[in-house]
Amino acid sequence: MKRRSTFVLAIWVYAMVAAHPVAQTAPLEWPKKTEAGSAFSVSTAGSGNAVLYIVGPGQVLRHDVHLEEKILLAAGELHNAGHYTAFLVGPSSTQTAEFDVTAQQPSTLSFLAKPSRLPVDLHGGISGVAYAFDAFRNLVLTPTEVSFELSENGSAGQRRSAVTQNGVAWVRLDSAPKSGAAQFQARVGDVTERRVVQQVPAEPCTLRMSARRSGTRVELETEPLRDCRGNAVPDGTIVTFIERNDGTESTVDVPLKHGVARTNLPANSGATISVATGVVMGNEIRWQQ
Amino acid sequence: MSSGRFLSFIITVLTVALVVIGTLFPTSSAIASAGSGTALLRPPSSPEVAVETLVEEISRRDWNAAYGSLANKNEFTEQEFMHDIVGAYPSLRSYAGLDGFDLHPLHASAQAAEVQVNLRWATVVGMFHDVRDLRVVRVGDQWQVVWPLIKEPIVPPQVIAVNYLRWDVIYRGPEDDWGAQDVESPHVRIVDMHPVDRGGGVVLLGEILNEDVVPAFVTVKATLLAKNGSAIDTEDAFDKMSHVLLPKQVSPFRIDFQNVRLSEVDSVRMNPSSSLVAASADPVIEIEDQKLTGLPEPSLTGKLVNQSGQIVNIAHVLTTFYDTTGQPIWVSDGYADRALLPATPVPFATSLPADLSSRVGSYRVVASTYSSSRFQ
Repeated sequence: MKRRSTFVLAIWVYAMVAAHPVAQTAPLEWPKKTEAGSAFSVSTAGSGNAVLYIVGPGQVLRHDVHLEEKILLAAGELHNAGHYTAFLVGPSSTQTAEFDVTAQQPSTLSFLAKPSRLPVDLHGGISGVAYAFDAFRNLVLTPTEVSFELSENGSAGQRRSAVTQNGVAWVRLDSAPKSGAAQFQARVGDVTERRVVQQVPAEPCTLRMSARRSGTRVELETEPLRDCRGNAVPDGTIVTFIERNDGTESTVDVPLKHGVARTNLPANSGATISVATGVVMGNEIRWQQ
Repeated sequence: MSSGRFLSFIITVLTVALVVIGTLFPTSSAIASAGSGTALLRPPSSPEVAVETLVEEISRRDWNAAYGSLANKNEFTEQEFMHDIVGAYPSLRSYAGLDGFDLHPLHASAQAAEVQVNLRWATVVGMFHDVRDLRVVRVGDQWQVVWPLIKEPIVPPQVIAVNYLRWDVIYRGPEDDWGAQDVESPHVRIVDMHPVDRGGGVVLLGEILNEDVVPAFVTVKATLLAKNGSAIDTEDAFDKMSHVLLPKQVSPFRIDFQNVRLSEVDSVRMNPSSSLVAASADPVIEIEDQKLTGLPEPSLTGKLVNQSGQIVNIAHVLTTFYDTTGQPIWVSDGYADRALLPATPVPFATSLPADLSSRVGSYRVVASTYSSSRFQ
């Protein structure tokens, strides 16, 4: 809605300038480049009253000015980066100038870290993309160095630097061999943004269980489950125990608790008991009384 | 004008006649609707009538009248009788309505008879049957039912230590910057999918694995595509799958497409979706004594045993049947009609189409549970 009204106003300004009865355009002395939000002044020549119109991206300004006096633009008045046109409509002539407003130094970073959760030891599995913005949310197009750091539990991790291209810098990093919550940080000067990347254990490497009698039941317990890098498989992972005996089957899905899965099944002599989790098969036990 | 009067006369006479017939010979459902109690019921002058009367009282949940009509009421209390029918704990039985019943006289003599009654209970998840062999004895000039009470097991008072495992999720906040990441949806994978032509439609059978380390709420949607790429039909696995999957848990799914022939289908677009869900790793359900019974009514039977301390109100059982090559050939489901008390076996059965029974090489059963305070 705001953009639409700005656009309509800009059209109106152009129409006003074009329809001026004695429209004679002449160049206006104006700085070619200025930083977003900064204050500056422009000298004018001639005498009498005039109206200054400044038309830019998402912004139109109107100032009544006295010719001969300096035009003062306050800090923060021109805050959108982009290409602007100024019209100074005087009693006998119209002066124009074109200038650029550029972004300030980066003051905020928009940092996209993907994914937020991934298995350990994955080459190029983590991507970090940083967009540098100034205080007025202008994308900083000036090439700027962004440093990325992925660290686990306070230890020194992977560091990379990338220079922004058209305001964006990106890196790809490997997930660590050790599971845990990694801090993924992007920094430009004093500006830092932090994300958490959960590095989780991969598929269990080996699955082994042991069995012992407990009354009329057989108590089954797995060894602590670990992936091939030695990371403990997280609690809650489902382990399936299957007992086959004489044409019947008993099964139970047990979640890991404290790293092991524990359950009991009927103690049938001659029964074969196997264990699996996901697509990983474990050992098999033939139960004898 | 005269024909109009004649028509109104005929309607009036018919109405009066129907009211008289309905009053003198009421149907059982009319008696139940009227709530007239036993006043309008026939006296139990035969074993069948005695059983019918009892079933009508059970249908109306008139426990007092039903219990009062039993021959062996001194063996148990009215509450125990009621718990036998509707369960002591909230379960499918508690919310079931008697849809109908069949009587099969098994044996009769002058003083006693045996009648098998098949009670058909309707629930929101389908029908379940409660078959009882009733002994009916003659007391004076009337017949009374000896109710074969199945006592709800009582769990002895005890403390069962359970280390509950639970996942909490912190989602992205509304005030967060657009670059702020949200928590990743769980990674799930369809590990098997097999379309079959069946019963005038196409059935998709398969299995889905939660390969992540967090619990997932999963759905599977499938679209059948014709040779020209147009969509023939889209369906999802509604109740023929377990929707909450813990890490590394596998659920079967079955998606039915009515009135589609497999020959019309060029390809299938599968759309599994998952979202993070707060879940609990308990209760743990053991599925004991799984056994395949053959023709004429092939099914897989077994017992569900709750290994946790929490009472499970409703248990849903899903069975995947595989052929000898390990290919899924059918997925069926069933419910336990009673609540699962700790360490107390409750029987279940899942059916299998008769023509597939000879092809079954193996099977796999999973159970998902509903507890009044938690869903898993």
